[in-house]
Amino acid sequence: MSSACTPYELYSKESGKSYGNQPLSICDESFTPLEVRYDLEAAKPLFTKKIVEAGPDNMWRYRSLLPIPEGFEPDLPVGFTPLVRAKNLGKRIGSQNLYVKNDAVCFPTLSFKDRVVAVALANARAFGFDVVGCSSTGNLANSVAAQSARLGMKACILVPADLEPAKILNTLIYGARLVRIDGNYDHVNRLCSLIADQYNWGFVNVNLRPYYAEGSKSVGFEIAEQLGWKLPDNVVVPMAGGSLIRKIKKAFDELVYLGLVEKKHVRFFGAQATGCSPIAQAVKNNTETITPQKPSTIARSLAIGNPADGPFASRMIRETGGWAEDVSDIEVVSGIQELAETEGIFTETAGGVTTAVTAKLIAQGRIAAEELTVVCITGNGLKTTDCVADRFTLGRAVRPRLADFEEYINELDGVAASAAEPELALAGGN
Amino acid sequence: MAIRVMLPAAFARHTEGTKQVQSEAATLPALVDDLGVKFPELGAHIKDEDGTLRKFINVYVNDEDIRFLGGDTYQFQDRDEVMFIPSIAGGCK
Repeated sequence: MSSACTPYELYSKESGKSYGNQPLSICDESFTPLEVRYDLEAAKPLFTKKIVEAGPDNMWRYRSLLPIPEGFEPDLPVGFTPLVRAKNLGKRIGSQNLYVKNDAVCFPTLSFKDRVVAVALANARAFGFDVVGCSSTGNLANSVAAQSARLGMKACILVPADLEPAKILNTLIYGARLVRIDGNYDHVNRLCSLIADQYNWGFVNVNLRPYYAEGSKSVGFEIAEQLGWKLPDNVVVPMAGGSLIRKIKKAFDELVYLGLVEKKHVRFFGAQATGCSPIAQAVKNNTETITPQKPSTIARSLAIGNPADGPFASRMIRETGGWAEDVSDIEVVSGIQELAETEGIFTETAGGVTTAVTAKLIAQGRIAAEELTVVCITGNGLKTTDCVADRFTLGRAVRPRLADFEEYINELDGVAASAAEPELALAGGN
Repeated sequence: MAIRVMLPAAFARHTEGTKQVQSEAATLPALVDDLGVKFPELGAHIKDEDGTLRKFINVYVNDEDIRFLGGDTYQFQDRDEVMFIPSIAGGCK
């Protein structure tokens, strides 16, 4: 499956300085984040519809526009998740042209983080790191643990102590070292910055961050290809650090530049939980200044109070004519249920946020019914079952006899015993 | 009154490797000025055109983001540990 990669390097937009390729995320002149820059002219013959379509059924079909080191042969079939038409959900919330990009079934750990980790670890290995790590709200922890196990690398993963039990278990099972930090994600993230200074480890979202973040572009490439090499009118994306939404835009821009899709004005919409909505607040206040928050929401995978890409995300959303909204925890749970009941997709709290925000944006008239709208679902509901567990009662156990079953079903349907009895008698042949 | 200022690797390039320094500054703006006196090169890099701290640099006082403590108006307490971190920090050894 080998194909050539486009030359790329780290650079700072702010200072204009190039950094080649190294485990570094900050420009030492301007202290702003570094980005990966490609030689897009060189990509023209490498990234064509024909070459992409002949590639494997996973995100590596886009490898010539991902920062993959020379000689690395990815073998995990990450990404290329379904883009499904969501007619039922659309009917419920008022859209005739709604699609769900379903990363709840991303391989191998059921969240979009598998994409970014795949790219980050390819680079970690090339840079010679023996130990990799991350600060995580859960999904990233799972993915780093699983993929480092596969690559035979050691992992040290730092998480907030109050993380959902399923996300902790889904990290430990792969044999990773898990350190629970007595604080929120922002505390964990800061500590990781200091650790990366002291230890020669590859932190996927700290010193490998520019490479890591590029993995998110594959979501954008896939949406466009799965729509038949077309761009949608709107994209609704959950926001934690604010990186994914920017990278989907970057992917669309690259596709337009390379002539794989027609230029189109796509509007980007960001989704957050009200209990942690610093980017949504910035968008609403028409500012790029992020006022940090202390997160308080069940949507823990989005609970980043001081989002690193927040200023860029806020600006980008406004520039595209999009918007950002936030929803309460009650709406998050309703969103999870709504998506499950209408489309058979069980998403985690972040997906509940995105679904509920989409409904809100349509209700506000910001997204019109006929516009082609893609909702990005980024994680799986099996990891956050706690938040919906109390919504259901199990009911009593039924004796394994037909009469008992019929009685129970009638009970559930609200058919009174007296009304049901004659019918049963008739059915019994008098 | 003195505070301890911690400067991770990303800044140390402009301080000839110094990663910790004492200061008697009472507020963040005073501290930014003081760092500019102690390390002129650092001072030139951490300030925006208008002389204030660049927005991508986060400042923490004893584990707390200074913006939760009042930002520029926060009065440093004796022995506060003040840390500067770029918003996505990290570096190569």
